[in-house]
Amino acid sequence: MAASLVGVLAVVRNVSVKRTVRSKCLISSSHVCTRRLGASACRNAKAQVKRSLSQELVGVVGLEIHAQIHASTKLFSGSQVRFSSPPNSLVSFFDASLPGTLPVLNRRCVEAAVMTGLALNCTINKKSLFDRKHYFYADLPAGYQITQQRLPVAVDGRLSYGVLVDGSQNHVLERSVRIKQIQLEQDSGKSLRDGHRSQTLIDLNRAGIGLMELVMEPDMCCGEEAAAAVRELQLILQALGTCQGNMSEGQLRVDANVSVHRPGEPLGVRTEVKNINSARFLARAIDYELQRQMAVVESGGTVVNETRAFDFKSGQTIPMRDKEGLQDYRFMPEPNLPPLLLYDQQTAPMDADPTQVILIDQIQEQLPELPRVTRERLVKTYGILPEHSFTLVNEDDLVDYFVSVVQRTKAEPRKVIGWVLKDLLGQLKQRCLSTAQSPISPLALAELLDLLEAGRISSPAAKLVFQELWKGTGRSAEQIVEQQDLGVMRDHGEIERICQSVIDSHPEEVRAIRGGNRNVLNKLMGRVMKQTKGRADPLLVRTLLEEKTS
Amino acid sequence: MYCTLGRITSSLQCVALYLRPVRHRCGVYVGPHVVENRGGQNITRHRKKHTSSLSQSQTPHHHNPKVPQTPTWECVREDQLPLPTKVPPDLVDKLERLALLDFRNQDGVDCLEKAIRFADQLHVVNTDGVEPMASVLEDRTLYLRDDRIEEGDCAEQLLGLARNTLEGYYVAPPGNIPLPERDEREVLLKYSEM
Repeated sequence: MAASLVGVLAVVRNVSVKRTVRSKCLISSSHVCTRRLGASACRNAKAQVKRSLSQELVGVVGLEIHAQIHASTKLFSGSQVRFSSPPNSLVSFFDASLPGTLPVLNRRCVEAAVMTGLALNCTINKKSLFDRKHYFYADLPAGYQITQQRLPVAVDGRLSYGVLVDGSQNHVLERSVRIKQIQLEQDSGKSLRDGHRSQTLIDLNRAGIGLMELVMEPDMCCGEEAAAAVRELQLILQALGTCQGNMSEGQLRVDANVSVHRPGEPLGVRTEVKNINSARFLARAIDYELQRQMAVVESGGTVVNETRAFDFKSGQTIPMRDKEGLQDYRFMPEPNLPPLLLYDQQTAPMDADPTQVILIDQIQEQLPELPRVTRERLVKTYGILPEHSFTLVNEDDLVDYFVSVVQRTKAEPRKVIGWVLKDLLGQLKQRCLSTAQSPISPLALAELLDLLEAGRISSPAAKLVFQELWKGTGRSAEQIVEQQDLGVMRDHGEIERICQSVIDSHPEEVRAIRGGNRNVLNKLMGRVMKQTKGRADPLLVRTLLEEKTS
Repeated sequence: MYCTLGRITSSLQCVALYLRPVRHRCGVYVGPHVVENRGGQNITRHRKKHTSSLSQSQTPHHHNPKVPQTPTWECVREDQLPLPTKVPPDLVDKLERLALLDFRNQDGVDCLEKAIRFADQLHVVNTDGVEPMASVLEDRTLYLRDDRIEEGDCAEQLLGLARNTLEGYYVAPPGNIPLPERDEREVLLKYSEM
């Protein structure tokens, strides 16, 4: 189930709705705070920048993203990874930090990190190191987290993503953000505050799950760009299968480093907006914080370097009480784990046990098609619009659905896309269903489109058949057309008779038409179409009516 | 009495032979199975060196000439060492916060200063051109485990070890208990013969 980032998706999903997105956005404080859900600072090209000062300030956004690795077991122990299980049921002695236990690295987690690194155009370090990061918290029983601080598994990557823009016509603006590094690290347990009894309940099921921490350079300028980048990353991770990317289950967690400055000047003091665990609020949280900082700077104040949390109820970021003032994690090399060595087919030792060797080039060869390539293929193969390709790829299974309809019908892909995005996806969204739950199979839709294509039903009748198919009675489009008599009326005499009766019963309208008001003809057409249940050929009806009213 | 680094290193090497993760599984120590044949053998050049030293140590009667049979040390003269480090109250403060330790008394600070003095001997050793070593295991192959569920489901056993539990959860204090405020600490320090 694709967790949708509203900022981006709302644009994509709503194919017909025109939006305005500014490429490099200047955010006026008056503008951002009044936006409704899903709206963002980038929108409204003519953002009413009132104060000259604010015009100069631009936002700078960097992200740190924690992606839970999709694996059966944890990073360093053989206990199961599963969401919402009874508390502490997925905990090994190592996860509980019992003395005498040692970490044993999960091969799958390393492969996932390498694959993700490759998909994000990173350099994979053939030697990487593990470190301990110390802090004291009850959900981290060892008192340290094993991470990769000195030498992470992947560095220097790049994520390309598209921001949908709407000027005079729809198009997609290419953006890219540098990936500083990807490091393997352990997740912590979960704390449940029991305010009533003034205590904390600790569940270690999450403790020790493998995370990929992706550090993105501050190459983004507003919430919408950040949301688009995260959405693209989410799609890539899901395509790779290295992370399920479900934000509501905490599989993808975003921290944003936000600052404002005037272009050309050094970056401003940044704040960190922590734990944005909801796709819906990502853009909003960042834009609120940008706007807040701009207001501070404009009023002559200084931004304080602090950690802030986004409160989705009020739509504001609020300072978090720092755990212990200035943090000093006392990083040190993890003594229990030798360096992680990776190879390629050329450098792999001849006599090595294959279960102990990870080959980078082999993983490269196994990379599946990435979302961006899928989109390009869809545009090229089927001649659909780029923004439609975004919508298709954004929805789980919708690409496959579209392609199988196209393969089964004689209708052109450009006609199919309208039905898939407007009618099918519209209905699915309205009812909060996934593509897989669609009551209309690709074959059924293909049949319907064939009837339309062959001229056996009219377009309005096709919509009626679609509604019938949606009820899922198991009848095919063909059967519905027959049983409800929705086929195009072939009987010329019958259509003529209906036209005549409409004209007879609307003498006033006929007079108006004869008086020169041609628009009234449409009203009569509507009457005829209604009487024929949309089955009459509109061109024929118009010609007949024109003849009879002239 | 101080022993020189050379000695420290050789005894560390000796210890290292026993520190190796013997059975590649977390949890309890299982027993002295030989790792070498489980895979990744001779992945690095150093590997062979270790294999040979391992075989030496496995026969207890065969003496490794690098390991002295009796404790031995050489004194390092005070004038070879840098000036002794004094630990100011501010630093004690910081260390206490970072380590969640309570040692704000004269004994505690003395002990810390002695430990630093002991480590000062490392300055005598010439390390020019020597790459720092993070761990004695760093030329070992990192064992990779299959992604198979083999552990967990022992909540009862684990929670049995905890002082306080509730409905399957560990119970912890509401948050980290903050250390006393600075001025409060000054007073405490003053009365602890510092």
